Amino acid sequence: MKCTVNGQPQEIDDVWEGESLLYALRERMGLPGSKNACEQGECGSCTVYLDGTPVCACLVAAGQAADRDVVTVEGLGGEEELHPVQQAFLDAGAVQCGFCTPGLLVATHDLLEREPQPSDPEIREALAGNLCRCTGYEKILDAVRQAATTTAQAKAGQE
Amino acid sequence: MEFLRPATWDDALAAKAEHPGALPISGGTDVMVEINFDATRPDYLLDLTRIDELTDWSPDGERLRIGAGVTYTRLIAELADQLPGLAMASRTVGSPQIRNRGTVAGNLGSASPAGDAHPPLLADDAVVEAHSTRGVRHIPITEFYTGVKRNALEPDELIAAVLVPPADGPQQFSKIGTRNAMVISVTAFGLALHPSTNTVGAAFGSAAPTPRRATDAEAFLAAELTESGRWDTRAELDPAVVSRFGALVAEAASPIDDVRGTADYRTHALSVMARRTLVWAWTDYRRNRVRTCA
Repeated sequence: MKCTVNGQPQEIDDVWEGESLLYALRERMGLPGSKNACEQGECGSCTVYLDGTPVCACLVAAGQAADRDVVTVEGLGGEEELHPVQQAFLDAGAVQCGFCTPGLLVATHDLLEREPQPSDPEIREALAGNLCRCTGYEKILDAVRQAATTTAQAKAGQE
Repeated sequence: MEFLRPATWDDALAAKAEHPGALPISGGTDVMVEINFDATRPDYLLDLTRIDELTDWSPDGERLRIGAGVTYTRLIAELADQLPGLAMASRTVGSPQIRNRGTVAGNLGSASPAGDAHPPLLADDAVVEAHSTRGVRHIPITEFYTGVKRNALEPDELIAAVLVPPADGPQQFSKIGTRNAMVISVTAFGLALHPSTNTVGAAFGSAAPTPRRATDAEAFLAAELTESGRWDTRAELDPAVVSRFGALVAEAASPIDDVRGTADYRTHALSVMARRTLVWAWTDYRRNRVRTCA
């Protein structure tokens, strides 16, 4: 199966096309960032971009991702530097056990791309598909607000 | 299990004709869960996400033709004005990630009594457009649901589109669940007032083996509104009529006790949702916020 993952062309053998994209990412491509929790689209821990749209990787058949463009949490930041959304989650203490974090990072990244200054209801709606069982939601909301602020400041600095 | 990846609709229909047991997959909301949990191992999985023509919607005579690949996210963004009831129901489907891939056609294919799109489709007299290599079949939505997770599709047919008339009056949708997102309905109710024909559409999910219309409630309310002249006067509703409507909706249900709720609770909840949505819709109507098809 061929697809692009985090900007790199990938060609993987022995993929069973009915297995989930999540399984293919974690077990065949060595990208364990996207987490496998519920395998039924309930928890959002496996959220990745598929052709630019956030989806649950567990609900995408690997064969459906062929020739498509996938971006995982590993593709958000650079080798040297965290993405501002990742940094905000660290700074705000929004990471407790960390299992939900990759999905929340992708969902937050997408929200801020669409809506750089989201209201609280918009944040809650955008993250409604991502469960945190440590129930650290307040810190997570803080992190999203912080990420919005730092991104806006960085943009203002560039201009 | 073999993965079939047709590039065109004709190829998809040919594949379905050759392998009638092939399981179509688009957003994967239901299909991938079954596969992930080993609940199903179809011989063939038929991926419909490469077929561009399925992702369009357009006016088609007096109806809107929504291609089988149109996601809930797009339906909400692009069709909320013309199909407010279906858009409201779509907003309650799963989560943003699920709505980004899930489709109304997928709801129809699964035909779960809990599918959120079913009540508004029933209330708005939708038609399912099924294709096969033998031709095209238009299935009225009232004839589409044949049992728990069973529908009227022939083994060689695929859903090409669903045809829905644009709203000619207020529409409402209400759903009960344990939280506001990521929830299968305990029960759900859809209402459509049709002032252009002086009729009412009322339907529910998760309270019978199939999604179902409350035909006695529809007929009762339509007759009341016509006989009292309220379609024209838009006068306030008689509370007794609202109550009776709720009771008739509840009477149409034949729910079961299960993990999500008891039959008694579902019946009661339906009567409450029917009353509430009627009051909301009638308030819209009185304010003259009638959405007409442009």
